Amino acid sequence: MIDTLRVTVEDALGLIERSEITPAELHRAYLDAAAERNDELNAYLCTVEDGAEGANSVPIALKDVVSTKGVETTAGSRILAGYRPVFDATVAARCKEAGLSLLGKTNMDEFAMGSSTENSAYGPTRNPWDPRRVPGGSSGGSTAAVAAGLAPWALGSDTGGSIKQPAALCGVVGLRPTYGTVSRYGIVAFASSLDQIGPVAKTVRDCARLYGIVAGRDPCDTTTVELTEPVELPEADDLKGLRIGVPTELNEAEGIEPGVTEQIARALELAGELGAEIGECHLPRSVEFGLPCYYLVAPSEASSNLARYDGVRYGLRSDPNGDVRAMYDRTRHDGFGDEPKRRIMLGTYALSAGYYEAFYGQAQKVRTVIREEHAAAFEQFDVLVSPTSPTVAFELGTRTADPLAMYAADVLTIPSNLAGLPGLSIPCGLSDGLPVGLQLIGRQFSENLLFRAGHALEQALAFDFVPKRYR
Amino acid sequence: MSDRWEPVIGLEIHVHLKTRTKMFCRCPVAYFEPPNTQTCPVCLALPGSLPVPNRKAIEWTVRLGLALDCRIAERAIFHRKNYFYPDNPKGYQISQYDEPLCVDGRVLVPGPDGDDEVGIVRAHLEEDAAKTVHVGGAEGRIHGAESSLVDFNRAGTPLVEIVTAPDLRSPEAAKRFLQLLRQTVVELGISDAEMEKGSLRFDVNVSVRPEGSDELRTRTELKNMNSFNFAAKGIEREIRRQVEIYEGGGEVEQETLHFDPGNEAAPPLRSKEEAQDYRYLPEPDLVPLEPDRELVEQLRGELPESPSTRIRRLEGEVGFALAEGLVTSERDELYSRIPGDRTAVANVVMNELAATGVDPAAVNADELGKVIERRDVIPRSAFAEAVASSASPSFVASAFLSEAAISDVSELDPVIDQILGANEEQVAAYRGGKEGLLGFFVGQVMKETGGKANPKVVNERLREKLNA
Repeated sequence: MIDTLRVTVEDALGLIERSEITPAELHRAYLDAAAERNDELNAYLCTVEDGAEGANSVPIALKDVVSTKGVETTAGSRILAGYRPVFDATVAARCKEAGLSLLGKTNMDEFAMGSSTENSAYGPTRNPWDPRRVPGGSSGGSTAAVAAGLAPWALGSDTGGSIKQPAALCGVVGLRPTYGTVSRYGIVAFASSLDQIGPVAKTVRDCARLYGIVAGRDPCDTTTVELTEPVELPEADDLKGLRIGVPTELNEAEGIEPGVTEQIARALELAGELGAEIGECHLPRSVEFGLPCYYLVAPSEASSNLARYDGVRYGLRSDPNGDVRAMYDRTRHDGFGDEPKRRIMLGTYALSAGYYEAFYGQAQKVRTVIREEHAAAFEQFDVLVSPTSPTVAFELGTRTADPLAMYAADVLTIPSNLAGLPGLSIPCGLSDGLPVGLQLIGRQFSENLLFRAGHALEQALAFDFVPKRYR
Repeated sequence: MSDRWEPVIGLEIHVHLKTRTKMFCRCPVAYFEPPNTQTCPVCLALPGSLPVPNRKAIEWTVRLGLALDCRIAERAIFHRKNYFYPDNPKGYQISQYDEPLCVDGRVLVPGPDGDDEVGIVRAHLEEDAAKTVHVGGAEGRIHGAESSLVDFNRAGTPLVEIVTAPDLRSPEAAKRFLQLLRQTVVELGISDAEMEKGSLRFDVNVSVRPEGSDELRTRTELKNMNSFNFAAKGIEREIRRQVEIYEGGGEVEQETLHFDPGNEAAPPLRSKEEAQDYRYLPEPDLVPLEPDRELVEQLRGELPESPSTRIRRLEGEVGFALAEGLVTSERDELYSRIPGDRTAVANVVMNELAATGVDPAAVNADELGKVIERRDVIPRSAFAEAVASSASPSFVASAFLSEAAISDVSELDPVIDQILGANEEQVAAYRGGKEGLLGFFVGQVMKETGGKANPKVVNERLREKLNA
């Protein structure tokens, strides 16, 4: 028997190579763990019993935003209940080609709109470190599954922080890649200019390995590009020559818990000991305008992307015998939860004639300012560091009544997302017994550098990724 | 129509490109296949599907833009036009908005009294909608229908939209422009541009203003035009309607009118208050189009001679009407190949030959030229036969020239006298001024001689005898 809580992908690959376990047995082990713990956590929306057929490597869990041929894909929404794609998303196909078997589809905030996975139409996911708390979101199902040993690794999607923030809250590693490096073909769209697929794993090396499998140009997604250099698995234990910038506004933002600040400070101290040069920098406008800018861009695109759920071709259809307008209204009324409805309304308003320039147009200009401000910081530094989330995992229900409080959970991840930059979140310690995430932001296409820095820090920090209650 | 009013007409033309595959996916463009067989995740808008632009469609739009003397944008953007309708699977149509591929063009439309210059505001690329069929209910519209069926075979097929400036001043000028544009598109090889098949559709914007004024008054939009002639008729009717409104002291309302050729009144589709807000959004799933400048210049160099230029060139030989007819019926190439008297050749090409349905490209021009040259001295029936078989591989002129027409006066005169004697009433009428009756007498003589009389000689002799 293997300990799915403890074993990394790298370990598992070694076991397979030495014939100590077969891919099918490995697949089974994770399904057994899911059978044991998923009732409590609700990390999986569905599991695939016969997923290991033809597999020759380790299994994987995919966020329910990834189209999987023949396997129900709902994006956490009632409007897609029962929808079985006739095609695989490019990332799902690449996982298959790499011999990875599909364990199941993970829970998420509906259409990836949320920061706690409480917005799922299929019930919230719970944090493996403390089931009274949220796992973060929207990829909370993926990060909880990895943290709880229900999957060795997983894919998530990140629009405003939906990989980095739940990775932080669950004590695992998550990468939001540079926009355009991973195909979005077959990914249920939320905000097209921001959506990116990325890996979730227990270690930085596993994360890099999975990124290597899914990244690269896809002819089906014209916004993708070829990687400028092959993905390297990080080896070095030191940070010699690395210039780390600490943006004041991201590290002293309102609402950052003292326990979080403390763990980041300890990690930075370690980074200095490993040879990094550390200096202060500033991203004033990115942090001040990031959140409002995001909440114009993302809902605007979402209002358009979610228009296809009209009951005509697939998914839910309510009031099938009424007038077509009545059918639309009823279907969308019944099919969408509160958060998608809220964002569709925001976006529809922002794109309306006479408001476009003031809202969407203005937000695009702000986005340029944010991009430039980050570019300026990267003239002096190789990576920027901040907390991933201002807080550790919060209790279920504490923010659902207050959308703005929920939106604030992404205040530290949104600015670099708007700039299209890659970000890696690694666990860097505990505060009140709950994981704290450290965010490393890099230049476009600098994933290899983020992996190198993340790996060296990970070694030095020696964080134990197994939730205490399972040890 | 009152002389004091000047019509102001602009056109919006949609042309289906005949690319092998659709605009944003690899499904075949095929209109007559069983419903919903030419579809894929992209054109059905399944979750997560993404558009990939058709390179050929972009290239062809650039070619059309160049033919319309447009500037080809250095950078063009696709936009999403958002609206809900069952034929619009994504809930938005991918189109172009404020940064189209081709802008600021102009077309010279040759007319009998000089050229009309028509500005081309833009030519842009977009995708077509699916086809809906509404079962039950009135008027075949969705509201009130018992059920609706959607066929997505057409969804996502490439369309070019061409918008003219309001530069046209008469229904005839509009028709002339449309014919010329159609011919241009066909010659570029980018579309069949057949109205019956729906591969060419257009809407017309019409307003009127007092003669001499340069104001632009409220316009109405005429939709669903299904032929150039109906369009000219519809425009004329709309001009009359607007003039009547103004002369009655009223105001024209901005509205869209659904043209029904069988019905005198054009019922309004929607008025201004119901105007849609399409919430245009730059398509985030596509990167900007940046046409390669070298390719653009190469395409410019490869443009064929334009129909307008050809009309002007042929006008000197055969007059405007025949020149225009030859070019817009795609018969000018055949005309140029046939040797002989230009006007005679042009007339035969436009009349007798056109009536036979013979493929102009297959006609043996040199042999047909010989027949045309001897047209007056062979029987009419032999001439007709020769024209009808001019595209046959075995066609030779000599086979039709051996039989001479009856030109001998001594042979024709008795027949003519007999006809005149038998039709005294008509003779009296002719002599009383009804000279149009000459054709009647010619016809009778031809009938009597089994089509073998030389019509020229018959004409001469008849005139002589009738005017004696």
